[in-house]
Formats: sequence, structure tokens, C-alpha cells
Amino acid sequence: MTRSFQQSRRDFLKAGALAGSGLVIGFTLPVTGRRASAAGDFRPNAFLRVDASGNVTVVCGLSEMGQGVLTAIPMLVAEELDADWTRVRVEQAPADKAYINPVFGMQGTGGSTSVMGHWEPMRKAGAAAREMLITAAASTWGVAAGDCRTEPGAVVGPGGRRLGYGDLADKAGALPVPAEPKLKDPGTFRLLGTSLRRLDSPPKVNGSATFGMDVRLPGMLTAVMARPPAPGAKLVSVDESKARAIPGVRDVIRIPQGVAVLADGYWQASSGRDALVIEWDKGRFAGASTEKISKQLHDGLAREGAVARADGDTSVAVARSIEATYEVPYLAHACMEPMNCTAWVRADGAEIWAGTQGPGPHQGIVAGLTGLPPEKVKVNTLYLGGGFGRRFAGDFIVDATLLSKAAGKPVKLVYSREDDTRAMFFRPLSVTKFKAGFDAAGKPVSFSARVASPSVTIAAGFATELKDGIDDEAVDGIRQFAYDVPNVRVEYVREEPGYQVWFWRSVGNSQNYFFLEGFVDEMAAAAGKDPYEFRRDLLAGQPRHRAVLELAAEKAGWGKPLPAGVHRGIAVAHSFGSYVAEVAEVSVGDDGAVKVHRVVAAADCGQVVNPQIVRRQVEGAIVYGLSAALYGRIDIKDGEVVQGNFDDYPVLRMREMPKVEVHIVPSGEKPTGIGEPGLPPAAPAVCNAIFAATGQRIRKLPIDAGLLKKA
Amino acid sequence: MIALTINGKTVETDASPDTPLLWVLRDELGLTGTKFGCGIAECGACTVHLDGRAVRSCATPLRRAAGKQVTTIEAMSAERVGHAVQQAWLKIDVPQCGYCQSGQIMSAVALLTKNPAPSDADIDSAMSGNLCRCGTYNQVREAIHEAAASLKA
Repeated sequence: MTRSFQQSRRDFLKAGALAGSGLVIGFTLPVTGRRASAAGDFRPNAFLRVDASGNVTVVCGLSEMGQGVLTAIPMLVAEELDADWTRVRVEQAPADKAYINPVFGMQGTGGSTSVMGHWEPMRKAGAAAREMLITAAASTWGVAAGDCRTEPGAVVGPGGRRLGYGDLADKAGALPVPAEPKLKDPGTFRLLGTSLRRLDSPPKVNGSATFGMDVRLPGMLTAVMARPPAPGAKLVSVDESKARAIPGVRDVIRIPQGVAVLADGYWQASSGRDALVIEWDKGRFAGASTEKISKQLHDGLAREGAVARADGDTSVAVARSIEATYEVPYLAHACMEPMNCTAWVRADGAEIWAGTQGPGPHQGIVAGLTGLPPEKVKVNTLYLGGGFGRRFAGDFIVDATLLSKAAGKPVKLVYSREDDTRAMFFRPLSVTKFKAGFDAAGKPVSFSARVASPSVTIAAGFATELKDGIDDEAVDGIRQFAYDVPNVRVEYVREEPGYQVWFWRSVGNSQNYFFLEGFVDEMAAAAGKDPYEFRRDLLAGQPRHRAVLELAAEKAGWGKPLPAGVHRGIAVAHSFGSYVAEVAEVSVGDDGAVKVHRVVAAADCGQVVNPQIVRRQVEGAIVYGLSAALYGRIDIKDGEVVQGNFDDYPVLRMREMPKVEVHIVPSGEKPTGIGEPGLPPAAPAVCNAIFAATGQRIRKLPIDAGLLKKA
Repeated sequence: MIALTINGKTVETDASPDTPLLWVLRDELGLTGTKFGCGIAECGACTVHLDGRAVRSCATPLRRAAGKQVTTIEAMSAERVGHAVQQAWLKIDVPQCGYCQSGQIMSAVALLTKNPAPSDADIDSAMSGNLCRCGTYNQVREAIHEAAASLKA
């Protein structure tokens, strides 16, 4: 989603300037203004507060969904502030223009943009404050600012005199904010590049962390909803009498999105929902099925698509060619915390509490539904029990808002696991056909790909029409084909089966690198080359791809013997600005069961804020990718979603967990994404290892053990 | 009225006997550290101890907890094994999103109470009912070994 919503930094600063009066370091402040009048805290900008006791509070407008942003952002500020890390705490910001994500132009967390977008602004916020604290100390002592320096949490002056930041807070607050504070030389970083412990771990190990699901308000009702079973299904009739008879059920409310049962608690609401006798008209989707949708997309491959890339001429004469078609099914995100939102709509204002990736857009949604101005809508962003793109969607916000408005009470809307799985917002079912041509010497000279897929960009409302017919998300990863082949063509065929699709961790890259790196392995085999050497040779002009590929191969011992029955596969991907290569070690049982023993990854995401968090993000993305490769499928039958819970939508468990090693390539480049880039190489590395083990190509996910069974 | 003991305190509730224990804990008693993930005992986010044994509270009807000792994540810091597990979790910095971690910790405490030196295979069998979508399994395993070592010391 990076490209679609990319805004220049200048536009971002302009947007900030329009938001309010006190433009400070290019940012406006939340409604509290430049300084808290009573508290005497030092608040040089919207992101930072130093109180009289020297405690530093970093205010973070990004959402914590496990990726570590509530630690990384404070680290950026604290480094340049030269704060004492033990005195740094973090606070979640409200929805406010001050916290617009510079990459998106709205307040939202996703697209692996947090560190890349805030690397400079957050450091400047800290650096400006540090300069002000130095100026305050220098004037207190009557010395030149240039004769003062900082140590963690204090300014030190000539003769070793020192004043803590807390002692200087009041005075510093009266000073002008420097427009262009000087940033540290990375060589002098104390915090950045170290594996500081996460600030959110303590509440997450004692049960006190508040997720959206944990919100409780006086007089609140819990709502569970019956939703249309197929896209656009119409409510024919509903008998509420049995639901209303359940003790604790307080109301049954119809909104355009479905029929909600409101009760004292979840169990009563859920029992009430199950007791509704509802008839739906599934309309034109009554006969929809996975098979028909898959056929629609495969048929789409017969059409010419919009040209996303054309280098040279792919119709050049070749000595031989290979073709293959790949496919992935719809997927649900299956965040551990089912979707939920608590809303309280009153005449004079509204408030929502949710684990949301989009506090900015979601504030706008509530304003639109209630007719209130956005500043009258308070958004409380709580911990997200997983996000993966799903919590950018507004469905749970809309439903909770409408129900609170209708009920005149605070309402907590909760999805059951089945509601969550079946609410759609799927990763698209997608197919791609490849063709590669080789010259007489076996060198690849042409590569073409045609992707047929629904458009996530359109589905998400990020555009109403596609520029030149191309959905960037749909071709992401394939369009950037980096191998040295002179003639390249990538096309996109848009097919819309009608089921809501959405961003899913790493978006188009998640399926497209499974397709691409699987096919590149086929090209290597056709050329009679080792899959690692084949890639390495064709990436000679791509130093960052090549560096991760070489590091992963070296650490995995590529080419060295493995235990009997264990085989390796390799894949490399470039997504969200970062480069990741993975080597998977896999065995396949006689029954076709696939066991992933170890995954060795190498990642280059530019300069690293916190290496442990980076390694864990890559490891977690591998696990998410393995779940999809081994098990993930959402099927449609009679128009309805077949899978509902973890019994029929399984995900990786402890006993299936491979060993994972993540190696980071040292880099002085600007930071790029890390929440998603570990995912795309996982499936193809495993499937390429399966080929090494069995000679069987996996061109469709999830992996079909039946194909791999020994005859 | 059904009486049960939760974290050492006797509690009476008029919830119907078929109400899952999870919802009595969360909605009636405000003990929200125990999480709702699936409702069918497939994910382990709702794990609590019933007379010291790890159970999935989403699939444990209230009547089955009547007269028994229920222990939740909120009481772990006051227990020897619970405290050691939480400290190990912090040392390894296990959580990512954190939503499954109460359940992971409750399963780990039940395992270590019964088996103070679990092998990897013991951990696989005790912990495979606790899902984590962030993929913290290797850190959970490491933290269990760490807690076992600290309890032995």
C-alpha cells in the first residue's frame, strides 16, 4: 500500500501546518497546545513531554500490533534527546492530524512504513528538545551553549556541573523551538542498533495490557451480529422472539450490515444471535464456489492484460521455453483477537475504543456516520491482538458506531471467531501464468508474467479507478523482477469475483513471490543450474539482493550435506524497501506430510533500530507465511465461506515450528520496512525444497500432501 | 447461585450453569487478562487453571468449576512458578502482539508445575494447544527452559 498512498514529505508538512496554529519543527500539536499551562511539563512538540521529575513520555500515533512500534518510536526520540532509557515511557496518541503517517498522508499503521516514515521526524523531535534543554542549562549557568553537552538525562556544563532534564523542563519550555536541529552522527548512537527490551512486555505478561476486547464501560451492552452469508445477500425475514427470550438479552437491532443482538455480556449476545431465525436471499452469489471463482481467474489469463512493465521484446526467438501457471486461494488474517470495537455515540460527541490500524480514517468514518465533526470524535487506540492489515478495515468500526447510535448506549461489538473468519476482507484468490525463453546456450532471454486477480486497491477504496489499468498491489513483486533478463513483460488482468479482498501481511508480495520464486526455480532447473547459483548469476547487478542471497546461503551451508531425507530450497524477495532471502530445510514423509525443520533468513532493511525486534519480525513473518503455505485456504460453497474456526482453518502450532535463524546485513542505508518483508520468501523457499526432495513442483497453495504421497 | 474460588477468593454468581467460565471471568468479574480467541478450545488464549490443571475456559461450563479453585493470569505473579515464568518471559522478551500470551503463560506454568525439567518434546505436547499468530513459539520454548533453569537454581 506504500505507493498508492505515498505523499511527499513536503505535502505532509503542509498538511501538518494546516491543522492548527503552533507549527513546531514542521509539526502541529494536539489540542493541548504548545505547553501544558498547569503541569509545567516541557512539551516541545506533539511527540514528547519531559516532566519536572525527569520522566520522558513519548507520544506515539502509530498502532502496536506486535511489531514493536511502541518501542522503536521512543528509541528514535530518546536517542537524539539523549534520554535516560530507564526514564522513558510511551503513550498512545489520540487520532489527530499531528500524527499523520508521512508515508500514507493519514494516521495509520501498515505497509511496514513506521520506522521508514518516522526515522527522521522522530529523531528531529528529540534533537530539537535536546538543543532547548542545553540552551536552558547554558543560560542558567551563564555559559555558552557550545560549552555544554548531554549525558543520558542531564546537561553537563563546564567544570562538570550538571542539571537533570527535569530541572530544566520549565525553562526549556519557554524557549523557541529550533527549526533545523542537528542530528547525531550514527557512529555515536547509544540506543539505536541495540536490542533494548520492549516497553510493552510487562503488561503483556501479567494480563494487564488492555486490548480493544478488554474495554468495559458503565452501562455498556455487548453486541454480536448476524451478517449476510454472501456478498450483498438480502435479509428476507428474521424472527427475533427466541433471541429476546434469552435472559440478559436487551435488544435486537437491524442495521444495513446485519441483525445485532445486544446483551449484558458476550455469552448472552452470542446465544441470542444464534437463536435468531433468519432467512437470507443470496441473490447472484447463491451458486458461487471456489471452483467457479478459480475458473473465472484462469479464464482471465486468456485475455491480454494491462501492461505493467515491458522491457525489450518478449516475442524474441528462443531456442526453448517453459510455461507454468500458479494459484493461491483466498485467505483470512485470523488475528488472535477477533475484530471488535466499542462505541459510544452521544448527541454532542462520539468516542470509540478499538485496536485499529487506522485511527485517522476511522475517526472520519465515525464522523461521517454520526454527522459530527471529526474533532468531536475521540479515538482510543488500544493494543491490537494482531493486525496484519485486517485492522485497517472499517467494518467493525461502522457496525459498533451504528449500534451505539441506535441503542443510545455504549456498545461493544464483538466478532466470534467464525464471524471474523467469514467477514471476508480476504487476501485475493490470484493466479499467474509465466513464460520464460532460453537461448541455445541455456541463458534466459525472455520472461513474461500475466497476473489475474481482484484489485485490493479498489476494494480498499484507495482509488476509484486504476491508473493505466494496473493495480500496483496485484503485480507487486513480479513487476520488480530483478533478474538480468533482457526482455521482460508483466501484465495485469483484473477479475472481480465479488468477495471483499483486502491487505494481508505483505499484500501482493505474499502470493506473487510464491509464484515468481517458484517459477525462477523452474527456470534454474530448465537451465540445468543450481537454484542458488542461477539466482546469484542473474543478480550480479543487484548488490542488495545478492548480499542477502549469499548470506542466507552461507549461513544455511548451501551445498553442504544434510541429514538423509532433508532438502533445501531458496528464495529471495524485495518488498517494502527491504531485501530478504531464505533457505528452508524440508523433508517429505511417505504420506506426503511436509516437515519444515529449519529456516535460515538474511535480511537487509537498512539501518536497524532494534536488532532483536527485527529478527523477531522476520521470524514471525516466516511463521505467518508457513501457515499460509501449509494450511491456509478459504473456500466458497453455495456462496458462503466454508471455513470458520481454527479447526478448519488451521495455523502453525508449536510442534510444527521450525528452528529459525535470522541474520541481518549491516547497512548504512535509510531504514526500510520489516513487519512484512520476511513473509514473501517463506512459501517459495519451502516449495523449492519440496521440489528438491520429490521432483514435484508445487504451483498451488496450500501444499497438497496428496500430490506428494509416495505411490 | 454457583460458588467457586477465583484467585483465592470465593465468588458467587447467578450466571446460568452452562455459561462458559471465560465469560464469567471477563464480563462479570472484569478479569480480562484471560482472552477470547476461538470459543471451541482450539487456540488456548483462554487458558486458566482449574484445581491446578490447565483448561480452556471458553469450553468449560461454569457448573464444572463449581466448588473448585480457578486461577487466572492475574494471580501468577504471586505464585512461585508463575512468577518465575513471567520473569523468564520478560528476560526473553517473548510477546509481540501479546494477545495469546496469558494463555501461553498459563499453559507453561501448568507444565512446569507438573514437570520441572521439560524436554522439547514435553513442551511440544503441552504447548501445541496454544496458538500464536505472531510466531513467538521459539521464544516461548526458550522462556520455558529459562524458567525451568531458574526454578532449579
